[in-house]
Amino acid sequence: MSSVSFPEYEVAFGRPDSYYEKYERKNELSHATHYCPGCGHGTAHKMLAEAIDGLAIKDRTVLISPVGCSVFAYYYFDVGNVQAAHGRAPAVATAMKRSHPGSIVISYQGDGDLAAIGMAEIIHAANRGESITVIFINNGIYSMTGGQVAPTTLIGMKSMTTPHGRSVENEGYPLHICELLATLEAPVYIERVGLGDNKQIAQATKAVRKAIDNQVKGLGFSIVEILSPCPTIWKMNAVDSQHWVRDVMEKTFPLGVFCDKTKEAQPHAPHPAAPALTELPKILGIEDEPELEHATKPRKIDIDLHVRVAGFGGQGVLLLGEILAQAGLDAGLHVSWLPSYGPEMRSGTSNCHVRVSSESIDSPLVTLPDVLVAMNEPSLRKFDDSVRPGGWVLYNGDEFPADCYRPDVKVLALPFTKVAHEIGDARAANMVMLGALLEIAEDLPQDAIDQALRQLVKTPKWVELDTRALLRGRELFREKCAVEV
Amino acid sequence: MTTEQKNDRGKLVVNDSECKGCGLCVEACPVKCIGISDQLNHFGYKTAQYEGARCTGCGICFMVCPEPGALTVWRLVTHHEVVVA
Ligand SMILES: Cc1ncc(C[n+]2csc(CCOP(=O)(O)OP(=O)(O)O)c2C)c(N)n1
Ligand code: SF4
Ligand code: SF4
Ligand code: SF4
Repeated sequence: MSSVSFPEYEVAFGRPDSYYEKYERKNELSHATHYCPGCGHGTAHKMLAEAIDGLAIKDRTVLISPVGCSVFAYYYFDVGNVQAAHGRAPAVATAMKRSHPGSIVISYQGDGDLAAIGMAEIIHAANRGESITVIFINNGIYSMTGGQVAPTTLIGMKSMTTPHGRSVENEGYPLHICELLATLEAPVYIERVGLGDNKQIAQATKAVRKAIDNQVKGLGFSIVEILSPCPTIWKMNAVDSQHWVRDVMEKTFPLGVFCDKTKEAQPHAPHPAAPALTELPKILGIEDEPELEHATKPRKIDIDLHVRVAGFGGQGVLLLGEILAQAGLDAGLHVSWLPSYGPEMRSGTSNCHVRVSSESIDSPLVTLPDVLVAMNEPSLRKFDDSVRPGGWVLYNGDEFPADCYRPDVKVLALPFTKVAHEIGDARAANMVMLGALLEIAEDLPQDAIDQALRQLVKTPKWVELDTRALLRGRELFREKCAVEV
Repeated sequence: MTTEQKNDRGKLVVNDSECKGCGLCVEACPVKCIGISDQLNHFGYKTAQYEGARCTGCGICFMVCPEPGALTVWRLVTHHEVVVA
């Protein structure tokens, strides 16, 4: 009998759990990233994954991917993922963090993304002290788009758009993001690290973890800038570009801690979570309003109505159209309402396009109206020619101008403003005209109109007046146009 | 048989279907126990390969490597005594 001794090994470093086991983007890359060999994004991802694993936060982490080479980061991290428009990651991260205060939100961005198009977003997020973590990959160039100059490109460095090298005269100086942000009062932690050699990588790994840990502790805004190799655009091999970070890039972008209030910072009370959707009516003070029925009860109505309403601003042109559209919506129809007015709110002309249809609407523009509601003469003159043959013109005026007469169009011309004045308020002229219009669009059910009126007209006094105005408009239309219809 | 030879503290396993042959691990390894193979993988990369001895299990190559699962570093835990009849 003898005894044999053999060694037992266990995995000390292996694929972190916070990566997916399989990446769904492309079959041939289901276990490899899309990054070039030696790309700093890959190494930075590794640090991120190790930190997420180490802090055991995978199930509450949300990663905001940018636009740039790392646009597909969401294919690799088995966490919550959002991909933001170019430069907007800090704004998306803000929304995410505020609406989900318990989550750990990481904004991952390149230097084109963060320091060029997204400069405003990062400064304001930092200045608000959002409790997010930003991982900022500075490779001195727009890589994904083939190597255009970035705000961080070194002086003298060649790029597609600075073929003779970046010059101060043309492109200014490289932007020092950490130094800039460190002038703000709110940030808790700002550090620049590099991927230039083993020592730098060890420090970078620590910094990434710390920046995320700060958020776990509720401390506030943390950013780590990582000087990162891009062998492909820099046209170097992986090892040379790694050393270029250390030997060249670092001279322009010194490594170090630019702000660290981690020790003295007090944990932020999280922003209160956004209220539930069901609480909104109460918050907005509209809980007494009738339940919207919308398309839930589709009715069998065959309609394809094109209306143009025009008049002076302040005549209620837009409201008329809105009520018509809302009524269509409440009746389960397809609708569109397109207001069109100049910068004047209360004077000048305004008009709107309304469509109400049983079928889906191809365009909200009404170029050939079935009905033109012209609340004054200039509007009539402007749109009279556009009315579809066989259509209607409702005109607010004593007399229809003879030169606007068209044999192929039906007309109801009445002093609607005067009528409205007689029943209580001249400003209800739009509703008298809508009443007349509803006689033409006779398929629109009255209860949908009433409902729309209650939704859009705020005071009971006006609802009552408008209801009477609508009725008067219907009566007038029947009196005057009974023969034609 | 006795096992008098000293076991390495670490062991490196390269997954050559995930390695892109960038050479960063080769450069990073403090004891220089990683090389580049002559074989091409299915992507056409000459991949990293463990030279077979001297790994200390430090994990530096792992942190440098841009690919999530190309490298796995194993570390020596214990020696098992097995009684052989
Ligand atoms: C709004 C918008 N503008 C421009 C682009 C084109 N674009 C894509 S990536 C990119 C630059 C990315 O550079 P960087 O953030 O440094 O990331 P890298 O690719 O270097 O990792 C630009 C300008 C875009 N996608 N969207
Ligand atoms: S182009 Fe540069 S930044 Fe983009 S994946 Fe390749 S090495 Fe990375
Ligand atoms: S660092 Fe990773 S990808 Fe690069 S050669 Fe080594 S194992 Fe391969
Ligand atoms: S773990 Fe350390 S010693 Fe072992 S191969 Fe990697 S770098 Fe070399």
